[in-house]
Amino acid sequence: MLSTAIFIATVLVCVSMFLNLWRVFKGPSRPDRILALDTMYINSIALIILFGIASSTTLYFEAALLIAMLGFVSTAAMCKYILRGDLIE
Amino acid sequence: MEFWIELAVSVLLVAGAIFVLVGSLGLVKLPDFYTRLHGPTKATTLGMGCLLVGSMTLVTNQQGYLSLHELLITLFLLITAPVTAHMLAKTALHHKLDIAEKTEDKALAKRARERLNP
Repeated sequence: MLSTAIFIATVLVCVSMFLNLWRVFKGPSRPDRILALDTMYINSIALIILFGIASSTTLYFEAALLIAMLGFVSTAAMCKYILRGDLIE
Repeated sequence: MEFWIELAVSVLLVAGAIFVLVGSLGLVKLPDFYTRLHGPTKATTLGMGCLLVGSMTLVTNQQGYLSLHELLITLFLLITAPVTAHMLAKTALHHKLDIAEKTEDKALAKRARERLNP
Protein backbone atom coordinates (compact mmCIF):
# COMPACT_ATOMS: atom_id res chain seq x y z
CA MET A 1 0.00 0.00 0.00
CA LEU A 2 2.82 2.41 0.87
CA SER A 3 4.67 1.85 -2.41
CA THR A 4 1.46 2.48 -4.38
CA ALA A 5 0.90 5.72 -2.43
CA ILE A 6 4.49 6.81 -3.11
CA PHE A 7 4.01 6.07 -6.83
CA ILE A 8 0.76 8.07 -7.03
CA ALA A 9 2.27 11.00 -5.12
CA THR A 10 5.37 11.04 -7.36
CA VAL A 11 3.24 11.07 -10.52
CA LEU A 12 1.08 13.94 -9.18
CA VAL A 13 4.13 16.01 -8.18
CA CYS A 14 5.75 15.40 -11.60
CA VAL A 15 2.57 16.57 -13.36
CA SER A 16 2.55 19.73 -11.26
CA MET A 17 6.22 20.34 -12.12
CA PHE A 18 5.33 20.18 -15.82
CA LEU A 19 2.51 22.71 -15.22
CA ASN A 20 5.04 25.01 -13.52
CA LEU A 21 7.42 24.60 -16.45
CA TRP A 22 4.63 25.63 -18.82
CA ARG A 23 4.10 28.78 -16.75
CA VAL A 24 7.87 29.49 -16.81
CA PHE A 25 7.86 29.36 -20.63
CA LYS A 26 4.57 31.18 -21.21
CA GLY A 27 4.44 33.62 -18.28
CA PRO A 28 3.61 37.04 -19.72
CA SER A 29 5.68 38.96 -17.17
CA ARG A 30 8.85 38.51 -15.12
CA PRO A 31 7.13 38.15 -11.71
CA ASP A 32 5.13 35.25 -13.21
CA ARG A 33 8.33 33.45 -14.13
CA ILE A 34 9.85 34.07 -10.70
CA LEU A 35 6.69 32.71 -9.05
CA ALA A 36 6.79 29.60 -11.25
CA LEU A 37 10.48 28.99 -10.42
CA ASP A 38 9.68 29.42 -6.71
CA THR A 39 6.95 26.78 -6.99
CA MET A 40 9.32 24.50 -8.91
CA TYR A 41 11.92 24.43 -6.13
CA ILE A 42 9.23 23.65 -3.55
CA ASN A 43 8.03 20.77 -5.78
CA SER A 44 11.60 19.51 -6.14
CA ILE A 45 11.81 19.32 -2.32
CA ALA A 46 8.66 17.18 -2.46
CA LEU A 47 10.29 14.88 -5.04
CA ILE A 48 13.45 14.51 -2.93
CA ILE A 49 11.38 13.67 0.17
CA LEU A 50 9.40 11.05 -1.79
CA PHE A 51 12.64 9.54 -3.15
CA GLY A 52 14.05 9.41 0.37
CA ILE A 53 10.94 7.55 1.59
CA ALA A 54 11.07 5.14 -1.37
CA SER A 55 14.73 4.25 -0.79
CA SER A 56 14.19 4.26 3.04
CA THR A 57 17.21 6.36 3.96
CA THR A 58 17.35 9.65 5.87
CA LEU A 59 20.30 10.82 3.77
CA TYR A 60 18.35 13.25 1.58
CA PHE A 61 16.84 15.55 4.21
CA GLU A 62 19.94 17.72 4.34
CA ALA A 63 19.73 18.19 0.57
CA ALA A 64 16.04 19.16 0.89
CA LEU A 65 16.88 21.67 3.64
CA LEU A 66 19.67 23.19 1.52
CA ILE A 67 17.34 23.55 -1.49
CA ALA A 68 14.71 25.19 0.72
CA MET A 69 17.14 27.80 2.10
CA LEU A 70 18.92 28.59 -1.19
CA GLY A 71 15.63 28.71 -3.11
CA PHE A 72 14.18 31.30 -0.75
CA VAL A 73 17.34 33.42 -0.94
CA SER A 74 17.40 33.27 -4.76
CA THR A 75 13.72 34.24 -5.03
CA ALA A 76 14.25 37.17 -2.68
CA ALA A 77 17.33 38.26 -4.64
CA MET A 78 15.50 38.12 -8.00
CA CYS A 79 12.54 40.10 -6.60
CA LYS A 80 14.88 42.71 -5.16
CA TYR A 81 16.78 42.94 -8.42
CA ILE A 82 13.80 43.59 -10.67
CA LEU A 83 12.21 45.86 -8.04
CA ARG A 84 15.16 48.20 -7.48
CA GLY A 85 17.56 47.37 -10.34
CA ASP A 86 20.30 46.59 -7.83
CA LEU A 87 20.95 44.01 -5.11
CA ILE A 88 23.13 45.84 -2.59
CA GLU A 89 22.72 49.60 -2.62
CA MET B 1 5.06 -1.93 10.58
CA GLU B 2 1.54 -1.62 11.85
CA PHE B 3 -1.30 -1.36 9.38
CA TRP B 4 -2.72 1.89 10.79
CA ILE B 5 0.58 3.74 10.57
CA GLU B 6 1.04 2.66 6.98
CA LEU B 7 -2.52 3.77 6.15
CA ALA B 8 -2.01 7.16 7.80
CA VAL B 9 1.28 7.75 5.99
CA SER B 10 -0.24 6.74 2.63
CA VAL B 11 -3.22 9.07 3.10
CA LEU B 12 -0.92 11.95 4.11
CA LEU B 13 1.35 11.43 1.09
CA VAL B 14 -1.48 11.28 -1.45
CA ALA B 15 -3.30 14.25 0.13
CA GLY B 16 -0.10 16.31 0.11
CA ALA B 17 0.56 15.48 -3.54
CA ILE B 18 -3.03 16.44 -4.45
CA PHE B 19 -2.63 19.80 -2.68
CA VAL B 20 0.66 20.43 -4.55
CA LEU B 21 -1.10 19.63 -7.84
CA VAL B 22 -3.98 22.00 -6.98
CA GLY B 23 -1.45 24.78 -6.32
CA SER B 24 0.22 24.30 -9.69
CA LEU B 25 -3.16 24.06 -11.42
CA GLY B 26 -4.05 27.44 -9.92
CA LEU B 27 -0.74 28.81 -11.20
CA VAL B 28 -1.74 27.77 -14.73
CA LYS B 29 -5.48 28.47 -14.79
CA LEU B 30 -6.10 31.73 -12.89
CA PRO B 31 -6.55 34.95 -14.89
CA ASP B 32 -4.03 37.52 -13.60
CA PHE B 33 -0.84 37.63 -11.54
CA TYR B 34 -2.42 38.74 -8.26
CA THR B 35 -4.79 35.76 -8.24
CA ARG B 36 -2.07 33.39 -9.47
CA LEU B 37 -0.06 34.31 -6.40
CA HIS B 38 -2.61 32.54 -4.19
CA GLY B 39 -2.16 29.00 -5.55
CA PRO B 40 1.52 28.31 -4.86
CA THR B 41 1.75 30.26 -1.62
CA LYS B 42 -1.18 28.56 0.11
CA ALA B 43 -2.05 25.21 -1.47
CA THR B 44 1.54 24.17 -2.19
CA THR B 45 2.71 25.07 1.32
CA LEU B 46 -0.12 23.02 2.85
CA GLY B 47 0.71 20.09 0.54
CA MET B 48 4.38 20.22 1.52
CA GLY B 49 3.32 20.23 5.18
CA CYS B 50 1.24 17.06 4.63
CA LEU B 51 4.08 15.31 2.75
CA LEU B 52 6.70 16.18 5.36
CA VAL B 53 4.51 15.18 8.34
CA GLY B 54 3.84 11.84 6.59
CA SER B 55 7.58 11.33 6.04
CA MET B 56 8.27 12.23 9.69
CA THR B 57 5.72 9.68 10.94
CA LEU B 58 7.23 6.97 8.75
CA VAL B 59 10.85 7.62 9.70
CA THR B 60 9.97 7.86 13.41
CA ASN B 61 8.30 4.45 13.24
CA GLN B 62 11.03 2.83 11.15
CA GLN B 63 14.08 4.09 13.02
CA GLY B 64 12.63 4.07 16.55
CA TYR B 65 13.67 7.63 17.46
CA LEU B 66 11.90 10.97 16.99
CA SER B 67 12.94 12.47 13.66
CA LEU B 68 12.63 16.26 13.53
CA HIS B 69 14.43 17.14 10.26
CA GLU B 70 11.18 17.32 8.31
CA LEU B 71 9.55 19.56 10.90
CA LEU B 72 12.47 21.96 10.34
CA ILE B 73 11.80 22.07 6.59
CA THR B 74 8.05 22.56 7.20
CA LEU B 75 8.73 25.42 9.59
CA PHE B 76 11.14 27.03 7.15
CA LEU B 77 8.63 26.82 4.28
CA LEU B 78 5.85 28.21 6.50
CA ILE B 79 8.06 31.18 7.42
CA THR B 80 9.37 31.93 3.92
CA ALA B 81 6.15 31.54 1.84
CA PRO B 82 4.48 34.78 3.07
CA VAL B 83 7.74 36.74 2.71
CA THR B 84 8.11 35.55 -0.89
CA ALA B 85 4.47 36.36 -1.67
CA HIS B 86 4.82 39.85 -0.22
CA MET B 87 7.96 40.61 -2.23
CA LEU B 88 6.41 39.26 -5.46
CA ALA B 89 3.23 41.31 -4.93
CA LYS B 90 5.32 44.43 -4.36
CA THR B 91 7.29 43.71 -7.52
CA ALA B 92 4.11 43.20 -9.54
CA LEU B 93 2.60 46.47 -8.25
CA HIS B 94 5.80 48.29 -9.12
CA HIS B 95 5.79 46.89 -12.67
CA LYS B 96 2.10 47.86 -13.14
CA LEU B 97 0.94 44.40 -14.17
CA ASP B 98 -2.61 44.06 -15.51
CA ILE B 99 -5.36 43.60 -12.91
CA ALA B 100 -8.35 41.40 -13.78
CA GLU B 101 -11.59 43.18 -14.68
CA LYS B 102 -13.59 41.82 -11.73
CA THR B 103 -11.22 43.18 -9.08
CA GLU B 104 -12.81 45.63 -6.65
CA ASP B 105 -11.11 48.78 -5.29
CA LYS B 106 -8.53 49.20 -8.00
CA ALA B 107 -7.73 52.66 -6.65
CA LEU B 108 -5.98 51.00 -3.69
CA ALA B 109 -3.43 49.45 -6.06
CA LYS B 110 -2.72 52.90 -7.50
CA ARG B 111 -2.30 54.36 -4.01
CA ALA B 112 0.05 51.56 -2.95
CA ARG B 113 2.07 52.02 -6.14
CA GLU B 114 2.51 55.75 -5.66
CA ARG B 115 3.92 55.54 -2.16
CA LEU B 116 7.29 57.20 -1.89
CA ASN B 117 9.50 54.26 -0.93
CA PRO B 118 8.53 50.95 -2.58
